Amino acid sequence: MISALHIEHLHKSFAGTPAVRDLSLTVSPGEIFGLLGPNGAGKSTTINMISGVCRIDSGTVRVFGHDNCTERCITRRLVGVMHQEIVTDNFFTIDRALRIHAGYYGVPRDNSWRELLIDQLGLGPHLHKSMNSLSGGLKRRFMVAKAMIHKPRLLILDEPTAGVDVELRRNLWDFVREINRDGVTVLLTTHYLEEAEQMCGRIAIMNHGELIALEETSRLLARIEGRHLQVTLEHPLQEVPAELHDLQPALRESGQMLHLVLEAGQGAGAVLRRITDLGIEVGDVETLRPGLEEVFLHLTGKRPDNGQAGGK
Amino acid sequence: MKRFRQPEKFVAWLPFATLLQKEVRRFLRVSFQTLLAPIVTASLYLFVFGATLGERISVMEGFSYAQFVIPGLILMGVITNSFANTSSSLFISRYLGNIVDLLVTPISAPQFIFAYTLAAMLRGLLVGSAVLGISTFFAELPWVHPFATLVMAALASFLFAQFGLIAALHANTMDALSMFNNFLIVPLIYLGGVFYPISILPPFWERLSHFNPMFYIIDGFRQTILGVGDVPLIVSFSATFAMALALFCWAALLIGRGYKLRL
Repeated sequence: MISALHIEHLHKSFAGTPAVRDLSLTVSPGEIFGLLGPNGAGKSTTINMISGVCRIDSGTVRVFGHDNCTERCITRRLVGVMHQEIVTDNFFTIDRALRIHAGYYGVPRDNSWRELLIDQLGLGPHLHKSMNSLSGGLKRRFMVAKAMIHKPRLLILDEPTAGVDVELRRNLWDFVREINRDGVTVLLTTHYLEEAEQMCGRIAIMNHGELIALEETSRLLARIEGRHLQVTLEHPLQEVPAELHDLQPALRESGQMLHLVLEAGQGAGAVLRRITDLGIEVGDVETLRPGLEEVFLHLTGKRPDNGQAGGK
Repeated sequence: MKRFRQPEKFVAWLPFATLLQKEVRRFLRVSFQTLLAPIVTASLYLFVFGATLGERISVMEGFSYAQFVIPGLILMGVITNSFANTSSSLFISRYLGNIVDLLVTPISAPQFIFAYTLAAMLRGLLVGSAVLGISTFFAELPWVHPFATLVMAALASFLFAQFGLIAALHANTMDALSMFNNFLIVPLIYLGGVFYPISILPPFWERLSHFNPMFYIIDGFRQTILGVGDVPLIVSFSATFAMALALFCWAALLIGRGYKLRL
C-alpha cells in the first residue's frame, strides 16, 4: 500500500545549524498522526519541507507515492497545510480570500464544500469582514478553512487550536475526525497533549531536530509505568530532599507542586508519611494516570510549552 | 457517496488567472494611491511644462515643448507604476509572510512571473493611457507609428515589471526597496531625456547619456509618436528588447530558485 507520507533521511540546516537531522517516518493513509516536540524541535521545519515552503537539504519526501521535488504540482494539490504563524492578506475579505485560495489550486468552484467549511468553522457571520478586523481565533479558523478548501488528501495542521476557544476547538476536532473517516490523512502538531492523546493513533516526538520516539499512542503511554502522585505543598520547595529521590521527583509551579512516581504496590499513604516526616506541609494530593505529558517530560526533559521539567 | 473527495479535474489555467485577478484587485482596492495619485502628478507636470513654462522653452525644431515632453511623461507613468506594482506587491507578501499562500500551491514559476507582470503592465498602461488622455488638453501629437508606440510602451512596462520583481526579492527592508526607485529609476529617467533631447547637452554629457539605459526607452517611445529622435528607432527598440529579455531571465532565475522566497 502506498504511504500517505513517506519521509526518508530528511535533513535541513539554517546557517550551519541543523534544524532537522536524518528524519525518517511513514504515515499511512487514513491515519491521524501526531508530531510533537518542544519549541525548536524541528516540527515546523519538517512541515515546511513537506509543504514546499522550505527547501530540502537532503533526503526525500513522498506524498501518496509522488516525490515532493520532482512532482511538486501533484503533491501540492494532495497536501493542505495550516501553518503555525497567522498570515493573512489584509486586502481581502474571508469570502474573497477563500475563493482566491481555491483558484490557486486550480479547483473548479465547489460551493457546497465551501459552505460546509464556512459552517463547520463558524465563519459565516464574518464572511465579508476584512482580515485585519478579525480576532486571532477567527484568523486561525480561516486558516484551517484555507488549508482544506481544495480538499487535500493529506491535511497538515500545525497548532490549529492555539488561541481558539473551547467550543470551537471541540467543533474543529469533530470536523477533523469526520473528514478523517472520509479518508483524509491528518498530520497534526499541538501543544495540548490531551488533544494528541485523544486524536492520534500514532505519535512521533522530535527533539533537537531528531526523532526520539515513534509509536502507537497507547504504547507510548505505556512507557511510563506506575501511578503518579501530585502533591500541592503549603510552602514552596527550592530543592527536593535527597530522601525522596527514589520516587523520580519533579518540582513544578515554582516549587509549589511536587510530582512523584509510585512503583507498583507502593502505597500513597506511606509516601505521604515520608513527606510529612521530612517537615514538608502538604496542602492537597492527587493521584494521576500517566499521560502523554509525562512521556514527553520523560523523553525530552521539557514540558510541551518549552518549560523545563522541574526535577532536581 | 462520500462528500469529501478530491476533485478529479483541475483547471490548468486557473492558478494563473486567479493570481492575475488577485493582483489586479489588489491595486484596484487602493486605486487612489495606485492610479489616481500618479495621474494627478503627471497632470501637474503637463500643466507646468505644457501650459506655463513650455511656451517659453523650445528644445526641438518643429515641435512645441509640450509636444516634446508629453511622450516622456506618458512613459514615466507607465514605467514607475509597472515597477511599483510588482515591487510593492511581492515585497509586502514577503514582509508579511503571506507569500507562503503561493508557495504551498501548484503555481509554477512562469505562472507566478507572468501573473505579477501582466497585472503590473495593466496598471502601468492604465496610468499611461490616462496621462495620454489628459495631454490632449495641452497639445496635439502627430502619432507617426501608433502600433510601434503601443509595442514600446508594453515593452517598457514589461521591463520595469521584471525590475520590480528583482528589487522586491533583493530588498530586505522597505527603505532598501525605495532606494531602487529614488536613487536609480527616478535619476535615470530625469537624466534620460524626458525633459530635454540629449542633443542639446555638451558633448561629454551627451556621450555619457548613451550609457543610460533609460535614454533608449524614452527616445524610442518618443520617436514612435513624433517621428524624430536622437538615435535610430531600431537601436532604441533593440536596446529596450535586450534589456527586457535580460531582466526577465534574471527574475525567472530568482523566482525559479525560490530566492528569498523559500527558506
